[in-house]
Amino acid sequence: MNAVNPVTATQRQFISGNEAVAQAARDAGCRVAAAYPGTPSTEILEYVANYSDLYAEWSINEKVSLEVAIGASMSGSRALCAMKHVGLNVASDALMTQTLIGAVGGLVIVVADDVGLSSSQNEQDSRYWGRFAHLPVLEPSDAQEAYQLTRTAFDISEQFEVPVIVRLTTRICHVKGVVVAEPAVQHEVSGFQKDPTRFVMVPGNARHRIPKMLARDGILKDFAEQSELNRIDPGSDPRMGIVTSGAAYYHVKEAFPNAPVFKLGFSHPAPIERIRAFADSVETLVVVEEVEPLLETELKAAGIALKGKDLLPRIGELTPAVLRPELSSLIGIELKSASLIPTAEVFPRPPTMCVACPHLGIYYCLAHLRNTIISGDIGCYTLGAGHPWNALDTCISMGASLSMAVGLDKGRAPGDEKKNVIAVIGDSTFLHMGMQGMLDITYNNANVTVLLLDNRAVGMTGGQNAPSSGLNLRGEETCQVDFRKLCEALGVKPERITELNPYELPTLFKALRSETKVEGPSVIITNQPCVLTERYSQLPPLKVDLDKCTGCSNCLDVGCPAILVERRETVIKPNGREKELSFVKIDTAACTGCDLCTDTCAPDAIVPAINTNAINAVEVK
Amino acid sequence: MSESAVTNILVAGIGGQGVMTAADIIASTALAMGLDVKKTEVAGMAQRGGVVTSHVRFGEKVLSPSIPPGEAEILLAFEPAEALRWSSHLQPDAMAMVNTFAQEPPVVSIGLFDYPENPMADMARLPLSLYHYDAGHAAIELGDRRLVNSIMLGAIADHLPFPAEALLESLLQRFARKGEKLLQLNQQAFELGQSAFS
Ligand SMILES: Cc1ncc(C[n+]2csc(CCOP(=O)(O)OP(=O)(O)O)c2C)c(N)n1
Ligand code: SF4
Ligand code: SF4
Ligand code: SF4
Repeated sequence: MNAVNPVTATQRQFISGNEAVAQAARDAGCRVAAAYPGTPSTEILEYVANYSDLYAEWSINEKVSLEVAIGASMSGSRALCAMKHVGLNVASDALMTQTLIGAVGGLVIVVADDVGLSSSQNEQDSRYWGRFAHLPVLEPSDAQEAYQLTRTAFDISEQFEVPVIVRLTTRICHVKGVVVAEPAVQHEVSGFQKDPTRFVMVPGNARHRIPKMLARDGILKDFAEQSELNRIDPGSDPRMGIVTSGAAYYHVKEAFPNAPVFKLGFSHPAPIERIRAFADSVETLVVVEEVEPLLETELKAAGIALKGKDLLPRIGELTPAVLRPELSSLIGIELKSASLIPTAEVFPRPPTMCVACPHLGIYYCLAHLRNTIISGDIGCYTLGAGHPWNALDTCISMGASLSMAVGLDKGRAPGDEKKNVIAVIGDSTFLHMGMQGMLDITYNNANVTVLLLDNRAVGMTGGQNAPSSGLNLRGEETCQVDFRKLCEALGVKPERITELNPYELPTLFKALRSETKVEGPSVIITNQPCVLTERYSQLPPLKVDLDKCTGCSNCLDVGCPAILVERRETVIKPNGREKELSFVKIDTAACTGCDLCTDTCAPDAIVPAINTNAINAVEVK
Repeated sequence: MSESAVTNILVAGIGGQGVMTAADIIASTALAMGLDVKKTEVAGMAQRGGVVTSHVRFGEKVLSPSIPPGEAEILLAFEPAEALRWSSHLQPDAMAMVNTFAQEPPVVSIGLFDYPENPMADMARLPLSLYHYDAGHAAIELGDRRLVNSIMLGAIADHLPFPAEALLESLLQRFARKGEKLLQLNQQAFELGQSAFS
């Protein structure tokens, strides 16, 4: 039962899709929200955390976050979990069985697809999960709809006792628009009612739930045919009618303002009969969907003639710039060339590690080690695959560095005995899905050196807290994982665990050399914080004494973006060969004085940048 | 509604320069003027020195949040090479406001790629109304690099379909609680941008 809470005033707000989802959850009376960070969904829980009246957590991984939400739903609370697209792969084990149980309190799974791959390892279409797990899928087209559909999702979830997927994409999550909220409601919690035939999914019970799930499919299909979330925008030009959903809807409206459009808000199960009628009212039907031809395949199977991925790309966003050239010919429009200003060739600006990042020293060393296979993982340290280090050989999925290292070790080719297998993983990734791989290494005695880069934060997604920070989502103190003890508990011999400061290059080199030499598992744990977090404290900056700089360019191998080339010179060495010298400078406004680069400079040309404050300090003495 | 009823502003720069904040201030001013507004943000990897752009679109009704290539009317560029990179996104005769303070990425610094020799000369050859100024050094002289943001906002203040004062007010609102000194500095920077880019 929903009681109207008169507190929230309606007003025009300018917020992102992520913030809109958070606010909708609160206004819908959601009591438990859980997520693991991941672009583009991260901000949802950060916004939820601003509302003190509901429980919100950073979970250990996406499977955990879904299970937290499932538990809350079973106790009759409205619950939400949020994740990026690949997160649902991790959570899918729970998802595929929870669908048999359904929802008690409204259970909403918000999943954000990175269409266009702005910051992900793949581009997958989460709408598949609706098909695979027999769940309804809602697709907002902007922030206002993200608000409305998230609220509606809770109602649908309870009405049909089904978890509901709200599918976002980067263009929804990270686009701000005008949002008008509706009055908040409070949701009464029914409490946990024991019901083993429904909640205990052993074969005998699950067998009886499957027909219920299939019946639910039919009911949801009827609902989709009736639902106002699916609507037609009539258009003046019936030569081309477009079926679309999500962010693509507004791209379609912009590109073809006169075309009739069938807009899906409740996109799975699809309202096939209504679309069939719509198809009959237009000359050519086109399906515009990001990114896989899902709806297209279903409509074709239902005997509806259409155009779709035969014309449109299967990857990336379907923006007006993509749609116009591909579809204009269908309505006989000749395109004027879109851009009259030519494209300029400009160097790339790839993302790189921050000034003074604690990972820099690690990659400086890894780049200088020979005979290594470096099994990588996902986090800021993945950037170690780029310039100037080129010291990461694999990256697939979270935690894979450790388990893959087992395979890289056990599957060595004859003659590769001397190669050292090194796995590099961050603290948050280790806790997300790396512990299992670690145990696999010790349990099976793999010859792997693990570099556990503990920067006390989830750096990649913006420095969120994790159990390694000792702080929770709201920044409150909580238990802090002790990685040394954890690794010991996972079977690493205490003498094979080294904890060190990653800014001390000689210590790092020594540890890496000796640990890779010994047979069997060993772990090197770094202990300095991400510079983007409050834990990090800055020191006075350094500069280069140009009189002493020999142009050897060693310090550039550190990869600190504060070190820049001042001037290049080509000299002829005594042996007659040419040598390129790079004389450097340090951007003192950016340098945080971490001191890492000084160890790479033989002539001691990197020195404190004496500023006025420092002079004053000396005078006071 | 006709397409021309929508104003398209492209804000471009690199991570950490305050591109998002500037775009946000423009957008919230348009909102305060009672317009429909959409603004994209590319977050995530942006903080690590990558390219950052934000599309700000406002008018009676805004549909797609992305400005189609060739349709941006104003470019607010925080870095000269970025201005050049995004110039093809502009419509002919668009206005480009460029901070000429160059920032080389590591891949250029170590010699893998070249920085364009004279990006402003390249831009001057294009059919644009080009205004440029070294807002970077000006900000440092004013006492804080981060003032670039306010200088650049000043740069476009007189070219928007609403009064410059409205934009200044949205800007100052952000600093309302941060003390009189910051407020004054930002106003000074804004006014500097207004005059230096004209
Ligand atoms: C399954 C999955 N969930 C979330 C993400 C998003 N993500 C990428 S790296 C990362 C964690 C990075 O943290 P950490 O391992 O501590 O390394 P750091 O970035 O701090 O160096 C996250 C959450 C992802 N790629 N895959
Ligand atoms: S965010 Fe933190 S961990 Fe990531 S590159 Fe920057 S300093 Fe390093
Ligand atoms: S390592 Fe020292 S000598 Fe070599 S380029 Fe850098 S500052 Fe100059
Ligand atoms: S001390 Fe060297 S490595 Fe550290 S921040 Fe300064 S320039 Fe970068």
